[in-house]
Amino acid sequence: METKLPPASTPTSPSSPGLSPVPPPDKVDGFSRRSLRRARPRRSHSSSQFRYQSNQQELTPLPLLKDVPASELHELLSRKLAQCGVMFDFLDCVADLKGKEVKRAALNELVECVGSTRGVLIEPVYPDIIRMISVNIFRTLPPSENPEFDPEEDEPNLEPSWPHLQLVYEFFLRFLESPDFQPSVAKRYVDQKFVLMLLELFDSEDPREREYLKTILHRVYGKFLGLRAYIRKQCNHIFLRFIYELEHFNGVAELLEILGSIINGFALPLKTEHKQFLVRVLIPLHSVKSLSVFHAQLAYCVVQFLEKDATLTEHVIRGLLKYWPKTCTQKEVMFLGEMEEILDVIEPSQFVKIQEPLFKQVARCVSSPHFQVAERALYFWNNEYILSLIEDNCHTVLPAVFGTLYQVSKEHWNQTIVSLIYNVLKTFMEMNGKLFDELTASYKLEKQQEQQKAQERQELWQGLEELRLRRLQGAQGARETPLQRLTPQVATSGGQS
Amino acid sequence: MAGAAGPGAGPAAAGGDGDDSLYPIAVLIDELRNEDVQPPLESLATVEETVVRDKAVESLRQISQEHTPIALEAHFVPLVKRLASGDWFTSRTSACGLFSVCYPRASNAVKAEIRQHFRSLCSDDTPMVRRAAASKLGEFAKVLELASVKSEIVPLFTNLASDEQDSVRLLAVEACVSIAQLLSQDDLEALVMPTLRQAAEDKSWRVRYMVADKFSELQKAVGPKITLNDLIPAFQNLLKDCEAEVRAAAAHKVKELCENLPIEGRETTIMNQILPYIKELVSDTNQHVKSALASVIMGLSTILGKENTIEHLLPLFLAQLKDECPEVRLNIISNLDCVNEVIGIRQLSQSLLPAIVELAEDAKWRVRLAIIEYMPLLASQLGVEFFDEKLNSLCMAWLVDHVYAIREAATNNLMKLVQKFGTEWAQNTIVPKVLVMANDPNYLHRMTTLFCINALSETCGQEITTKQMLPIVLKMAGDQVANVRFNVAKSLQKIGPILDTNALQGEVKPVLQKLGQDEDMDVKYFAQEAISVVAQRLRKLDFPVKDSEVPRAPGAEKNHFLRPRVPGEDTGKGPTYRLHVNTRDTLVQLEIAELVHFSQSRD
Repeated sequence: METKLPPASTPTSPSSPGLSPVPPPDKVDGFSRRSLRRARPRRSHSSSQFRYQSNQQELTPLPLLKDVPASELHELLSRKLAQCGVMFDFLDCVADLKGKEVKRAALNELVECVGSTRGVLIEPVYPDIIRMISVNIFRTLPPSENPEFDPEEDEPNLEPSWPHLQLVYEFFLRFLESPDFQPSVAKRYVDQKFVLMLLELFDSEDPREREYLKTILHRVYGKFLGLRAYIRKQCNHIFLRFIYELEHFNGVAELLEILGSIINGFALPLKTEHKQFLVRVLIPLHSVKSLSVFHAQLAYCVVQFLEKDATLTEHVIRGLLKYWPKTCTQKEVMFLGEMEEILDVIEPSQFVKIQEPLFKQVARCVSSPHFQVAERALYFWNNEYILSLIEDNCHTVLPAVFGTLYQVSKEHWNQTIVSLIYNVLKTFMEMNGKLFDELTASYKLEKQQEQQKAQERQELWQGLEELRLRRLQGAQGARETPLQRLTPQVATSGGQS
Repeated sequence: MAGAAGPGAGPAAAGGDGDDSLYPIAVLIDELRNEDVQPPLESLATVEETVVRDKAVESLRQISQEHTPIALEAHFVPLVKRLASGDWFTSRTSACGLFSVCYPRASNAVKAEIRQHFRSLCSDDTPMVRRAAASKLGEFAKVLELASVKSEIVPLFTNLASDEQDSVRLLAVEACVSIAQLLSQDDLEALVMPTLRQAAEDKSWRVRYMVADKFSELQKAVGPKITLNDLIPAFQNLLKDCEAEVRAAAAHKVKELCENLPIEGRETTIMNQILPYIKELVSDTNQHVKSALASVIMGLSTILGKENTIEHLLPLFLAQLKDECPEVRLNIISNLDCVNEVIGIRQLSQSLLPAIVELAEDAKWRVRLAIIEYMPLLASQLGVEFFDEKLNSLCMAWLVDHVYAIREAATNNLMKLVQKFGTEWAQNTIVPKVLVMANDPNYLHRMTTLFCINALSETCGQEITTKQMLPIVLKMAGDQVANVRFNVAKSLQKIGPILDTNALQGEVKPVLQKLGQDEDMDVKYFAQEAISVVAQRLRKLDFPVKDSEVPRAPGAEKNHFLRPRVPGEDTGKGPTYRLHVNTRDTLVQLEIAELVHFSQSRD
C-alpha cells in the first residue's frame, strides 16, 4: 500500500505538514469533532485466505459444461476446477468484480453438474476436486474480533468470502452425496490430514459455515470407514483442549451433534474406548462455562449412551452430581433438565443405586432461593415415570427430601414454589400416608430438639455474661469469690447442651 | 469416581476426582516436602484438572532437588518414567515438566533413557502432550550436553515447529529462544535458522504472532549478524502482515528492536530498512496497530538523534497526533518526554494543540484524565504565554466536568501549574476564576471552589489565602447546601496552618463555632473537628484559649453516626434534598470509607 505521508522534506515547518486529508490546524476547532464521538468502527473483517495469493491472473469465462461434447467434458471440468482454485480478496468488495463473477458462475455450474449429471466423477478428476476444495476452505481462521466472544450475546464474525465459500461447500457436499462417488478412490485424497484441517474449521465463528461442516463431516464419517476412529480421536482432543486448556471453540455444539448420531450407531457391547469417551470427555464437558451453547446436544449424547448401556447410569449421575453447579443457577436448571432426561430412560435397578445422593441434590435445588431452579426441580414430580420410581422407593427417597421440602414450604419467598411443594407433599401423603406421618412426627421432634438446644445455648451464654458482670463487680467491691458459686451452674447447663 | 471406567484408574485413585478442589491438597503436600508424599503427588500429577496437575508437578520438581543422586535414580526417575508412559495423556503431560530436573544429576545410562522418553513424548499421539513437550523443550535443552542438543533437541525442535497443529508450532518458537542461546553462530545458521524463517512465514497467524511477540528475545539469542541478515527481513514482513494482531505485536517491538541493533550502522539500518515500514503503519487500517506503534514510536527519536527526528519522525508524530482514534493520540502525548529530550516540544506545539483539545473533550473520562496528567509537563514545555492563550481555558473547563475524578484531577493540576508558573500568575489568572465559581448555582461547582482552595492555598501563600480566598470560604459558610457547609469546615481546617493568628481568632473561629451549632449533624461534626485543630494551632502560637471552649469533637459524642455526604456524579442541578443519595463514584466511596474508619478509630 502506498503511504500517504509526504516526502520528508518539510522538516522545520510543523504547521504545514502537508497531510492531505486533515485540514491545517490553524484553529482549535479546525477539525470535525463528530468523528470522535461515534462508536468504535467495526474492524474490517480479516480473513487469512488472501495472503497466499501470488500472481493474480485474469479469469476468462469458459464455455458451459453442457455445451461441450462428452469427449471434452472432463478436460473442461479440470479447467473449471482450476479456475475455481483462484482466490479473491473479499475484504475489498470492489476488487476484481469480474473475476469473482466468473468464479461464482463456474462454481454454480460445478454444483449443478456434480449433483445432476451422471458419469462426471471419474477417477482422474478426484485429485482436482479435492485440490480445489482444499484451496478454498482450508485456511487459518482469523483472530476473533472480540477476544471475549460470547456465542450467546455477540454477533458472530461472518466470513467475508462466503459468496464463494458457500458454493464450494455445497459442491463438496454434493460431491460426497453423488451416487457416482467412490470412497475407495476418494480415500487417497481425503486422508487424516484432510480431516484434521476440516475439524479445525469447526472453530469458525460463522454459523453458516459450521452448519455445512457438520453435514460434510457427517457424510465423511459415514463414507470413509478407515477414518472413523481417527475422527473420534481428534474430536476427543478438541474437546479435552476445550475443557482443560482454552475454554474456547465455536463448533462444540456441531461436533456433539455429529457424535450424537455416531453414538446412536455404536455396536453393543460398547467398547472401552467409547465408555472412556463418555466418562472422561462428555461428563467433564458439563463443567465448561459456556455450557448453555451446546447443552442440548451434550445431553442428547449422554442419553444416547445410557440407552445403549444402562450400566453406565451410575457413573453418569455421580459425574453430574460431582460437577453440579454451585453458583450458576442458569446451569443448574440445565443440569436438572438433563437429569430428568436421564431419569426418563433409567432402569429401576439403576435408579436404586443413585437415588439417595440424587434426591439429596434435588432437595437442595428445591430449597434454592432462585425460583427457576426450585421450580425446575419440583417439576420432576409431574413426570409419571419418575413418580412411579419414587413410589417404588419411597422409603429411601422420602426421608432424603422430606425435611427440606417441609421447611421450604414454610419459608420460600415465592408463592408458586410454595404451592408446588404443597402438591408434592400431598402426593407423598397419598403415596404412603403412614410414612408421611412418621416423617412429619420425626421432623417436628427434630425441630423441637433443635429449638431446645438453641435455648440451652442461649441460657449458657446468658449465664456467662452474668458471671462476667459479677466478676467485674467483685473486682470493684469486696474480695468475694462469686465465681465459685456460679461455676457449677455453668457446668451443668453446659453439660446438658 | 470419574476415572473408574478408564484404564487410567490405577494411579488416579487418590486424585481420581479430577477436580480443582484438589488444588489445596497439592499445595499442602508441597509444604510437607517429604519423600513419603511422592506417591500422592504422582496421583495428583495424573488428574485432568490443569491447575492441580501443574501444582503437583511444581511440587515434584522441588522434591527432586532434595534427593541425593542415588535416591533420585532409585525413587524419582522411576516415577518420571511411569508418568511418561502413562495411558492417559494427563500423566504424560506432567512428565514433560520433570525431565529437566532429574537429568543433570542422573548417570549416563539413565540420561539416555530420559532423552529417549522425552523424544517419544515430542511425537506423542495427542496434541496436549506435544504441547507440553514443546513448552518444556527449551528448558530441557539447557540441561543437556551440547552434543545432545545438536543431535537430539534440534531434530525434535524442527519436528515440533512443523507440527500439524499451530498450537504446537507456536510453542516451538518459544523454545527457539533457549536453543539459540546454546548454539554457536555457525550451528545456529545451519540448524535453527531454517526453522525460524519458516515460523516467521507460517500460514497460521498465531505462529507469526508468537514470532513477533518474542522478537526481542530472538534477536538477543541469535546475535547481531543473523539479526541483520535474517531477522530484519522477517520483521519487515511481520510489520506488513495481513493480520492486524501480528502487525500490532510487531509494532510493539519496533523500539526494542532498534535499540538492540549493533550501534555501528544502526542509524542506516533503521533509516533504510525499518522506517519505510513504520511509515506505512502510521496509516494502518487497524487502530490497535496504530496505537501499538504510537506507544513506542517516540522512543526512536533518542536513537536516531535530532536531525533524523525532525526530518523523518516528526511528520509521523504529527500524523499520529491527528489520528482519528483517541488512544493513538494519547499514546503519542504520553511519550512526549522522549521527543522533548531530543528536539523540544515546541516543534510539535502547532499540532499538539488540536489533539490536546480534542482529547480534553473526549467522551471517555479516562482519556480526559490521562490528558490532564500531562498538562503540567506540557505547560512547562510550552511556556506561560502559550499556555494562557490556548490551554488555560481547558484547565478551567475540567473543573466543572461532570465526573468527580476529572474535577479532582483538575484541582491537583491547578496546584502543579501554580508551582510551575508562580503565585503572581496564580493570582492573576487562576484564583479569580476559581473564586467566581463560589457563586455558581450548582453546589458541586461551589464545592470545587473549596477543593481548589484546599489545593492552592499552600502554594499561594499567606497573603493571597488570607486576602482573597478566606473571605470567600467564610461567605460560603452560609450556603444552603449542607455538603458545602461541611466542606467549608474542612477547608478552614486545611488552610488554618497558613493563616495568621488574627485571622484565625477573629474570622475563622467565629464561623466555625457557628457551624458547630449547625442543624445538620455532619456539618457539626466537621466544624467541631476543625475547631479542635484550629484551637491546637492557636495554643501553639501561644494565644490564650480557654480549654472549655474546645469540645473534643470527634470522640465527644459517642453514638455519633457519620452519615456519608457525598458530592455525587450527578451534575447537581436537581433539588438539594437529593444530595444525601449515595453514588457509585469510587473515589467518593473511598473518601467515605476513610472517614468512617477515622471516626471509628477515635471511638
